[in-house]
Amino acid sequence: MSTVTSESPGASAGTNAADESTSSSGSSMGGVPTIDVTLRVRRFNGEVDDEPHWEDYPLTMLGTDRVLDALHKIKWTIDGTLTFRRSCAHGVCGSDAMRINGRNRLACKALLRDLEPSRPITVEAIKGLPVEKDLVVDMEPFFQSYREVMPFLITSGHEPTKERIQSQEDRERFDDTTKCILCAACTSSCPVFWTDGQYFGPAAIVNAHRFIFDSRDEGSDVRLEVLNDREGVWRCRTTFNCTEACPRGIEVTKAIAEVKQALLTRKI
Amino acid sequence: MTTTVPAPSGGASTPGTVPQSPAISHPRSPYVRNKPTRSNYEMYAWVFMRLSGTLLVVLIFGHLFVNLMLGEGIEQVDFGFVAGKWASPFWQVWDLAMLWLAMLHGTNGVRTIINDYATKTAVRLWLKGFTYAACVFTIVLGTLVIFTFDPCPAGADPALVPAMCATTSAGTPLG
Repeated sequence: MSTVTSESPGASAGTNAADESTSSSGSSMGGVPTIDVTLRVRRFNGEVDDEPHWEDYPLTMLGTDRVLDALHKIKWTIDGTLTFRRSCAHGVCGSDAMRINGRNRLACKALLRDLEPSRPITVEAIKGLPVEKDLVVDMEPFFQSYREVMPFLITSGHEPTKERIQSQEDRERFDDTTKCILCAACTSSCPVFWTDGQYFGPAAIVNAHRFIFDSRDEGSDVRLEVLNDREGVWRCRTTFNCTEACPRGIEVTKAIAEVKQALLTRKI
Repeated sequence: MTTTVPAPSGGASTPGTVPQSPAISHPRSPYVRNKPTRSNYEMYAWVFMRLSGTLLVVLIFGHLFVNLMLGEGIEQVDFGFVAGKWASPFWQVWDLAMLWLAMLHGTNGVRTIINDYATKTAVRLWLKGFTYAACVFTIVLGTLVIFTFDPCPAGADPALVPAMCATTSAGTPLG
């Protein structure tokens, strides 16, 4: 995860956007219609601010543009101090999860025209993790939970000379949870995680699920024991925020329920 | 580590002073996980909530049906009616199960909410202590009433006590 950041004491905090908002909704750029949008970004600079504050950026964007394009436009043409993470910009790396219009999404997958551009589009950092600057949060608590479920293949005995064979049915069993890109959209949408940062969170459980239900893996008992913790799967309140937030469409709440079931069938 | 906003350092910029930069928790105080719990307590609590919830649906709706739908309905419920019900071991067990399950189910629910929303350890301990005390008090008192209930109190108006009191010498407890 690279951080797009610039420490240059720049720009007059996005107020000189007048030249940007000259074209109207009807015009087009190279055949693509443009839209006027206002991006309302929650800014925070720990060296200057006591509290985060909202700042409005009126922009003229293409009808095909995404929130990430709008953020780029702000950073590259209005205020270079705006700080956010992004790497691939195509919904795979999971760097740019943020709270857009009150919902966790990837900025690179959220089209401006789908976000009611007639009203200001709010963009803020994901909740439940300490904000470092603007839209960048400290991901360490998230990754610590991820590490603790041991998201790697655990086997015993000799290593086979060929690949470890698995039937299509066995592969299908955990296919959904292999899709996770660790963007933290699910964990930071979970109300239990907001108030209790000790909770492992949906993402860690999803990645444990990926190995618990893998027929080649032999470390399920250890992982289940980790998730049987006071801060483990039993803290889930099945509010489905995580399933709704997942940009990869993983059925997160279902995966958590399956881990609960696996714990129950093994222990009772 | 649940705050989205680092707490200000108290250096609210009073006029004439240079505003202090707020305290940022990371990397000065790295995230530390509490010690893992090696117990099945949360699992059993979770299972108990599902089982007791299912049982309570049967017990409570059975209770409501018998008290409000059968016979004369709500009009019949008075001291004599309750005394008559508790003279039968069946209703004693029914009401006892209802009392215990409802109290434990409710208390565990409140415990969960406290765990979810009380962020300070001391507040959490006090709230949970109060909840447990209230639960124990209600269960003990309720159990005591169900088993030591006297349907025929001495010197009571015969019109108010259940009919069976008339068959024994009036005013003598049945025990």
